[in-house]
Amino acid sequence: MKYKVIEGLRYTKKHEWARQEGGVAIVGLCDYAQDKLGEIVFVELPDVGAVVEAGKSVAVVESVKAVADLYSPLSGTVTEINEVLLDQPETINQDPYGEGWVYKVEMADEAELGNLMDKAAYEEFIIKEEEE
Amino acid sequence: MSKARKTPFYEKHLALDGKIVDYHEWLLPVQYPKGLVEEVRDTRKRATLFDVSHMGEIMVEGKDAELYMQKLVTNDITGMKDGAVIYSPVCYPDGGVVDDILIYRINSESYFLVVNAANTDKDYAWFKDNLSGAVKLNNRSPDYAQLALQGPNSEAILQPLTAEPLSKMNYYQFSKDVAVAGVNCLVSRTGYTGEDGFEIYCFNNDAPNLFDGLWESGKKHDLNPAGLGARDVLRLEAAMPLYGHELSNEITPLNAGLDRFVALGKDVPFNGQEALKQQKQNGLKHRLYGLEMLERGMPREGYPVQAAGSEIGWVSSGSFSPTLDKFIAMALLDPQVADSIKEVEIMIRNRPYRAQFTKLPFYRRKK
Repeated sequence: MKYKVIEGLRYTKKHEWARQEGGVAIVGLCDYAQDKLGEIVFVELPDVGAVVEAGKSVAVVESVKAVADLYSPLSGTVTEINEVLLDQPETINQDPYGEGWVYKVEMADEAELGNLMDKAAYEEFIIKEEEE
Repeated sequence: MSKARKTPFYEKHLALDGKIVDYHEWLLPVQYPKGLVEEVRDTRKRATLFDVSHMGEIMVEGKDAELYMQKLVTNDITGMKDGAVIYSPVCYPDGGVVDDILIYRINSESYFLVVNAANTDKDYAWFKDNLSGAVKLNNRSPDYAQLALQGPNSEAILQPLTAEPLSKMNYYQFSKDVAVAGVNCLVSRTGYTGEDGFEIYCFNNDAPNLFDGLWESGKKHDLNPAGLGARDVLRLEAAMPLYGHELSNEITPLNAGLDRFVALGKDVPFNGQEALKQQKQNGLKHRLYGLEMLERGMPREGYPVQAAGSEIGWVSSGSFSPTLDKFIAMALLDPQVADSIKEVEIMIRNRPYRAQFTKLPFYRRKK
């Protein structure tokens, strides 16, 4: 696999990831997405306290060549945003699953995690997408 | 990707792990693994190599070639010496732009025109429609490959491969039938990046040898490959127009601020002359301005520009500038408003972001 995928995270078909920590999930952009976008030069973040819905656009990530929406993997309330990204958006390229996290959401319904893919399923999904 | 063509350098791009895209039906690398931002920096500080084989080449030959060219384009070509290159828009009678091109004067009866890839067929048809006198046209685009070697190290990379004394070749001059790495080439000191550099044309069959020669020589001088993405950012930093953005059949050279390439007073009538004179007399509805963002935000083509809540134009090209570490844009704005203010708002996803006027070009190399 050319792209990094991590055990223990949940993944969407739009290439976001979510890591559960109790009732909160940390959300970010997958390695695949940052690689496709290229160097990220701008990130628009949600406000803390914003109510987000699974599948709806919650942030915008831009490289020189492209604009991409980040769709929330989960419904809930934003509790924290990664303000480092405002000045150093390239952190997403450098460490998409770590320092490049985007926001934290207090989950409205933890059962939604079950709608997301695990590592094996997501890897299979990328392979299919690459073939197209 | 059915119709897209490969250039003779396609295998080189794959070997260098270039990210291939379909650009106006050409398969070309948008970037290489170092990435667009680094490719821009490499071009400004060292040297980069671009495959620009998609560009079109049209030969104009015959006893009346000079007069024909003078009527065809907006710039005045009569003062050109053999071996000189000039830039010129080509207009329709209504002042709209057919294309912007480079004109290489081989002699007064022979010109080599370099045109935009996406416009090649349209240009050739237009040039034919305008034929007069003893002139022959020949679309040579399918035969030629082209590399652009750009950046301060360019001369040091190219010189060991050729007997041509490059230090004597000034900006916007060229030599033809120059052997480069044993390949017969046309070499001009031109480019679309705002840096010193060369554009090198050869026949398709010879292209891999030319590439290998440059690549080998480049190893001692930090030569890197660069793609279309970096090329677009570099030309924006240098405020060079791109057809379809700053020029089109609705955007005239005067709108784009290219007055010095429009010889309104030429003694031979040329396509667009009357319309452009009129436009100048009546005042421009839109003119090209440089903007830099005061707030972080990515200005993109087509975004509306407002002043005090009213729309006064649109962004024609915008990007992050790696060289200046700023977000920059060129915009076509109503001069009546723009000339009397210092700031505007660029509408990004329906939200206003502040930007201030700045002089074009955004970047100028130190001579």
